[in-house]
Order: sequence, then structure tokens, then C-alpha cells
Amino acid sequence: MTMSLGRRAVGVPPARPITAGREAGEMVAEGVCAWFGKRLVLEDVTLTMARNEVTALIGPSGCGKSTFLRILNRMHETIDGAQLAGTVSLNGTDIYGLEQRAVEVRRHIGMVFQRPNPFPAMTIAQNVLSGLRFNRLRVANPDEVVEEALVKAGLWNEVRNRLKALGGDLSGGQQQRLCIARALALRPSVLLMDEPCSALDPTSTRRIEQTIGDISHEVTVVIVTHNMQQAQRVSDRCAFFLAGEDEPGRVVEEGPTEQMFGNPDDPRTRDYVNGQFG
Amino acid sequence: MERAGSVAYGTITSEIRPGDGTPLEPRLVVTRRTRSDLWFRGTAYSAGTVVLLVLGLIGLFLALQSWPALHYMGLRFLTTPAWVPQSQHGHPASFGIGVAGIGTVIVAVIALVVAVPFSFGAALFISEYAPRTLLGVLPFKSALTSVVDLMAAVPSIIYGLWGLLVLEPHMIGLSRWMSDHLGFIPILKVPRGDSIYTGSFFIGGVLVGIMLLPIVTSLSREIFSLTPVAEREAALSLGASRARVIRDVVLPFGKGGLVGAVMLGLGRALGEAIAVATVISLSFVHNWHIVSPGANSIPALIADLFGSGGKLGREGMLAAGLVLFVFTLVVNTLASVVVGRTRARTR
Repeated sequence: MTMSLGRRAVGVPPARPITAGREAGEMVAEGVCAWFGKRLVLEDVTLTMARNEVTALIGPSGCGKSTFLRILNRMHETIDGAQLAGTVSLNGTDIYGLEQRAVEVRRHIGMVFQRPNPFPAMTIAQNVLSGLRFNRLRVANPDEVVEEALVKAGLWNEVRNRLKALGGDLSGGQQQRLCIARALALRPSVLLMDEPCSALDPTSTRRIEQTIGDISHEVTVVIVTHNMQQAQRVSDRCAFFLAGEDEPGRVVEEGPTEQMFGNPDDPRTRDYVNGQFG
Repeated sequence: MERAGSVAYGTITSEIRPGDGTPLEPRLVVTRRTRSDLWFRGTAYSAGTVVLLVLGLIGLFLALQSWPALHYMGLRFLTTPAWVPQSQHGHPASFGIGVAGIGTVIVAVIALVVAVPFSFGAALFISEYAPRTLLGVLPFKSALTSVVDLMAAVPSIIYGLWGLLVLEPHMIGLSRWMSDHLGFIPILKVPRGDSIYTGSFFIGGVLVGIMLLPIVTSLSREIFSLTPVAEREAALSLGASRARVIRDVVLPFGKGGLVGAVMLGLGRALGEAIAVATVISLSFVHNWHIVSPGANSIPALIADLFGSGGKLGREGMLAAGLVLFVFTLVVNTLASVVVGRTRARTR
């Protein structure tokens, strides 16, 4: 109690639980900095990821996009020596607030990784339900949850007859969609995707881009991508990250995708989106 | 089918003519090895063969040397409790591993019961919970790892002496408590309701268990740390707590390896001689009360009595060694079968 009083005194909104799923959330990052050990890798990033929009984080390798993404669901802190500054809020609640538990935060902010990482020893259905299991959430109708999530991820038709097959037996593209289904089964408000197609073939990539379009009406999507066409195809807004030599990554420019690609303010953005470097 | 030309360059074993009725045959492909490759292969092959050869020769040596004793006692060697390899007072020589064989297993089982939970716990702590550094400077994790490995380097006899002088006095109270309060379990009872509680299977087993800690901890820590980061992060990103990650990712992944670690520990426990011989009171009567004095095991028997009992006694010792040899071989083979199976099923 004293703790929250103290926090109010410095102007932080009172503690309240993160709004539970079923609808997309708005994420706001303010003045985010990140360190690994003593090395500053990300400096002063302020970015709003609006409800129901797809925000693409673009930029050359090593400019802090993935680090920023992992800060958005508190995965950053799982790395030894990782530190951060600034605030990140979901629907107005600071996810790094002292009263917030990281496991709870991650439940509402799902993540899909660069390499498909289904649990190889679990069946397809178990993979989809694993998030519910980890959080001890019971559902009356697990079969429906499995179907719904797989449909959303665009995988249902391919696996409907072999839900008991192992997750590791699927092809790479299918595994990645299984990972998306697994994240969606928890009904997150935000879905973070870290180069979800970089290990996949063009057909699988297209399917996943389709999926992103389909789900964006119910979940806010933040996607890191190296593929400029992909950023153009799937995103509503873009943020361009750039790091100078021996300098931390910063956001050079952000704005509606159309403008970022058509008429960027910063010459560096123009060069990058036109493939001049990176 | 005629094979023309030099085999070394790879030849066509049949002409491929689909549709004319002749069956298709694969082409013979020969890999030509470079000289350095051949040389290295040769060295590696012979090193591998030498290992097998040595193992086989040890078995052969034991079998040949112990043959007179085995021939003399027959199958009774396995069941005879006493060890009297020279005729005494008109009784013919009679010896066997009836007590020692079972005792070996009892010591090993107690050792595993003590060692496995502590080892898994310690390994999980080091791999999952221990911070890399304390106060930002002291290398905590690597220090713990080296201390554990160092424990494995302490010689058996030191453990034996420590067991006799330090551990045993401290175990007497626990032994008495167990027989007083858990005496309804037959093996924890003591005859006549009281005892001096020294030199027992229990103390020997606990000591061996402590000796197993570093091995089992080290192996299982290694296995836990092999858990793919991708799977850990997948679970974390779905809101799993650390305990959940351990339960649903780390342990299922390590299953096969953990069985292997336990089995290797078992192999070590079965063969431990000096430390056991130091703390137990050698007994040739079946003693099912594990906290009361009187214990036996094949390696301890050999360590205590080798060289006594004349020629037949020596041959009998080697026969006991042969049984132990075969037994540990079987345990280790089973272990590798189990490990192979579990891995195949999960991967």
C-alpha cells in the first residue's frame, strides 16, 4: 500500500491489472533504453503501437529492433546482464510496474520467434494448449480452442486430421504457424513477431502475411522484418531503427508505412527503404 | 553382372534402360580416401578396437583365473553366504557371494536414494537459478560448478576416513531415530529393539551416496544446460514461470540423459570398494535391517580379504570380481539402451 502511495506521489498512475484479452491493446514505449552489461544498445526509443494496427520495425542488423521487441513483453530481462530504462505501457498500465508479474505480462503480449520453436515432444493440439497449461487456465472446450487458434493461424485445414502428430513433425512453415496459433490461443492483446518469416520459403511467408492481415482486427501486431516488401505489404506504420558504429540503436523516423516508403523525411530512411544500404 | 574397369573409380554395374524389362540397379559409388584420411581412420579404428580388446581381455583374464574356484563351488558360489576358502576343523572349504552380492545392490540402492534427489536439485539450482555472479563480481555459477567437479576428484579413501570418523558418529542418531519412529517398515527395524547402529548398510550407502553427488550432479547439470534456448523462450513467452519451464521443457528434454546419469552413478556405486570397506562391519550373515551393524558388498569383500585364504581364496576373489564385472557391464548396457530409447522417442 505504501508503495503505491509513493508511486502516486511521483505522478505514476495507480496500479491496476492489465486489461485481459479478447481485444487489441495499445502499447506505448517512452524513452526506452537498453543495456547488455555496460554496453548501451538502444537509446531513447519512444513509439506508440496503436490498437489494431500492424507496426513494422525495420532497420539493418544489430540496430536494436529485436531487443526493443523483447522489451515489449519483458523477455529482455531473461538475459543475464540485460537492463533497461524508460516505460512501456499496455492500455495505460506500466508493464514494468512493481506490482506487475512478468509471467502475467507475457500472457497478454504474445511472441513469435525468428526460428519456429514448437515443443517437439508435444502433439499439435498440446502445443496450441501449452500456454493455457503453463498459466493453469482451464477451458471447458479445449477442442474448440485448438480449432479456433489453428483456423486463425491458417493451419487448421492442413492439420485437422492429425492433431495428435508431434509438433516437430510439421514442415518449417507449418511449425511457424503452429507457433502463431499457440500464441493466439492465449488471446493476447498484442502479438510480437521477430522476423517470423526469415527462415521460411516464399509460400509459407505469404501464408503468414495473410494470417497477420486476418488477425490484426483483434490483436495489435508488432513485427520486426528485414524484408522491405513485407513491411510494405503487412504494416500500417513503420519505425526505422538505425545504429551508428559503436553507437546504440535509435529510431530515425516513424510514421505511416505509405509515407515511410513513399516520402520519408530523413534521407537515411529513404536510402534504406530503397535498398541503398543495410 | 559384369563389373568392368577398376572398382576404385566407381563403375556402372548395369546399363540403365528403363522400360526394357531389365531391373534398375544402383550404380556403385566408391569414395576414394586421401592418405591423411586413411591414416587418421586407421589410428581411430585401432584406438577404438584397443578399448574393446582391453575390456574383453579383462573379462577373459577374470574368467580363466577364477575358473578353479567356480568349478569347485559351482552355482553355489552365487548363494553361499560364508567365505571360508580353506578347510577348517574338518569342514571343507566353502565360499560364495550370497551375502556380498545382495549387499552390493543394497548399498547401491541406498546410495542412489540419497544421491539422486540432491543431485537433481543441485543441478537444477546451478543451471536454472544460480546467478552468474554474486554482487556483480564473484563468479558464482562457475565456482559452484568447479566445486562440484572438485568433489569428484577427492580419493575414495579420504571419503572412507571421513565416513568413519565424521559421518558415522553423526549418522547414529539418525539411524536410531529411524528405527524408533519408522520401525514399522521392516528393513528399518533393529533386532532386539536397540543397537549400536554402526557399520551398517545405511551408513555405507549414505557415504557412497555422497560420493555419487558430484558425478550425478555434474552429468545432469550438463544435460539441463543443453535444453534448447528456443524452447525455453517459447515457454517463457507464453507466460510460463521458471518452475513451469523446468517441469514442461527442461525435464522432458533431459529425461533420457538423466536416466543415463543415474545409471552411471549406479555403476559407480556398485563398484565402490575402499570407502565402503572402511565404514562397514563386514558380515557374512544376511542382514535385512539396514541400520543395524553388519554389511557386505563384493568390492568391499575383495578390498578386505584379498590375499587371504590361499590359492583357492585368491581364485574365489577373482570369481567375485568376475560377477561384479558382468553385473556392472549389464547395468551400463541397459543404461545405454534406455538412454537411446528415450531420446529416440522425444526427438
